[in-house]
Amino acid sequence: MVTINGKQIPAEGKTLADYLAEAGYDLKRIAVELNGDIVPKATFAEVILKEGDVLEIVSFVGGG
Amino acid sequence: MAVIPSKQELDDALIARHGAELHARLSQATVAICGLGGLGSNIAIALARAGVGHLHLIDFDRVDISNLNRQQYFVRQLGLFKTEALRDNLKEIAPYLQVTTSTVRVTEENIPTLLAEPDIICEAFDKAEAKAMLVNAVLKHFPDKWLVSGNGMAGKGSANLIRTRRLGRHFIICGDGVSDVEASGTLFSARVMACAAHEALAVIQIIAGDFENVNIKE
Repeated sequence: MVTINGKQIPAEGKTLADYLAEAGYDLKRIAVELNGDIVPKATFAEVILKEGDVLEIVSFVGGG
Repeated sequence: MAVIPSKQELDDALIARHGAELHARLSQATVAICGLGGLGSNIAIALARAGVGHLHLIDFDRVDISNLNRQQYFVRQLGLFKTEALRDNLKEIAPYLQVTTSTVRVTEENIPTLLAEPDIICEAFDKAEAKAMLVNAVLKHFPDKWLVSGNGMAGKGSANLIRTRRLGRHFIICGDGVSDVEASGTLFSARVMACAAHEALAVIQIIAGDFENVNIKE
């Protein structure tokens, strides 16, 4: 299980790019932290989610 | 017209309120504010009032009639660059505040030089894509700087939903996380100011050192 925005999700083994695509995220509007560190967008396809990872996906919305 | 107080008189008034040690920390801090709209103009005023010593104001845009509903400008400033209009307004609150202005659009390319100086960076844009671009670029180029971002303050839902969360080591995000201006269509000063106040207070806490011994995420 991977903890994604506080929820337990069976995403281990997937690449970050695949998970984000499946979950429907707009890559232009997000920032992703894995175990406390920001993940550069250029590496999304290389990062493989592991059991116990903690992922925070921030989806930005408009207004300011 | 009142006589402008001396720097010493203004410092003394802040020291009486905050104590010498906290005032010294605040007066030595440099904070960059990226975007001078509803978030940024209100953050700047809160930090100037708190006695933050140096603000770097960044925005490419001019004051527009559509800004008056929530941004800290006056009718007589319509058409002026926001950087210059806000600097003038801040000087009426804190005449000895050091202000640097950059009337440019923030891009992935100019972030490494534009934001090299400040210790703390406030993301205060209005477009979701611009927010994400800045946050990703700052966390990539400057992982040791503090970054405070505002996300989700449109509409007229309860201000109690707006909160401050620490995400990364040096990354703090304020807002309700979901209220999109594209969906709600409205932006009220009262709610945008609430989010700006969260951002400004997070900056004050960072400067005060309140986060230094906190390792757990909140």
